[in-house]
Amino acid sequence: MALTGVLRPGFVQIRVLDMKEALTHYCDRLGLFEVSREKDGRVYLHAMDEFDRHSVILREADQPGMDRMGFKVRTEHDLDLFEKRLRDVGMEVEHVEAGEQPGVGRRISFVAPTGHRFDLYAEMEQSALPPMTHNPDVMQVDPKGMGVQRFDHCLLYGDDLDGTERVFVEALDFEVSETVTAPDGTRIASFLTCSNKAHDLAIVRHDEKGKFHHASFLLEDWSEVGRAADIITRYNISIDIGPTRHGITRGKTIYFFDPSGNRNEVFAGGYSYYPDNPRRNWDADEVGKAIFYYERVLNDRFMGVVT
Amino acid sequence: MSHRIRFEGLDEVFECRNNESVLVAMERLGLAVVPVGCRGGGCGVCKVRVLDGWYHTGKMSRAQVTEQEEREGYALACRLYPDGPLVLQAIGKLVRVT
Ligand code: FES
Ligand SMILES: [Fe+2]
Repeated sequence: MALTGVLRPGFVQIRVLDMKEALTHYCDRLGLFEVSREKDGRVYLHAMDEFDRHSVILREADQPGMDRMGFKVRTEHDLDLFEKRLRDVGMEVEHVEAGEQPGVGRRISFVAPTGHRFDLYAEMEQSALPPMTHNPDVMQVDPKGMGVQRFDHCLLYGDDLDGTERVFVEALDFEVSETVTAPDGTRIASFLTCSNKAHDLAIVRHDEKGKFHHASFLLEDWSEVGRAADIITRYNISIDIGPTRHGITRGKTIYFFDPSGNRNEVFAGGYSYYPDNPRRNWDADEVGKAIFYYERVLNDRFMGVVT
Repeated sequence: MSHRIRFEGLDEVFECRNNESVLVAMERLGLAVVPVGCRGGGCGVCKVRVLDGWYHTGKMSRAQVTEQEEREGYALACRLYPDGPLVLQAIGKLVRVT
């Protein structure tokens, strides 16, 4: 049986300080396509290898960060099951009407113990420009900028890491693929997967609730990561680190910032995860290698710079 | 055209080009007076206070600089553009991880 229940990260809604600058960044540089602008000011974007209507939603606000992250589930019935299971682990579950985002069915929504809002939904309209399915070419349109294929995952920072991990594992059937642990046994970072990917969501312990570390987008291979780096320098995009590799998940990566200070990642690769795999763990004193495998030290920005 | 930037209590003085933020000028010259974060007015680690001089700012996260603070001369160095020589005080901190 293929995937059931929660399928994948489906969308992320990001706050930006200036919509025009943000659109240049996300569309011209990362290579997302604008799908629609709605009356409330939100702009919906789509990546070239995604079947669904949109995956990134930008909202102009006076402080950057993440509003919410959405996961797509397999069936309508799953929404009812997950609602009950979320309530069973103590989450308050809200209902978001169909159409609150254009083309999206009803959602259930909860705020996890780390202060982040997550939505689950089963229905989203197909993109007007989906990947081809009949004698499918590798692309329907020419890639722009970095040519990101899809929105892939988020890394979030918050206080009650154990609480959020518990909700995703116990109520939503995620698995913990990889962790970083302090000498006293405290979990510092948790990498969670609902699929065959090394991670679909990552959480790092942090003293403030609800912080956003990055949204990540998939590239095809290491050479595309290098080309993304060329674009970052060519357009003076604020760089964080890379190209490098993560020890955790093994992704080949580059971190940079959007014009409002939200971190983005583009990456390629990473191992395949199966639910019978033993968990991988890193000791805190090896965290440099765990996060930045080639540098083998964290930069100060990794822990301290979030929106 | 460039403007002279001085940090109170520090000997280091550097020049910031017109239309260049104080943080980017500092970084370009290889100086490390203020921590460098997102460079986009979002994370707050580059916070400074302008003690003297004329300047304007780009958009800054309200979570990092309140309206009140803005009136009192606080700014994010990555969104701070000098219109003349500036005297600054470093405020922002970055947790060290090593
Ligand atoms: S470096 Fe992030 S606000 Fe200036
Ligand atoms: Fe990532």
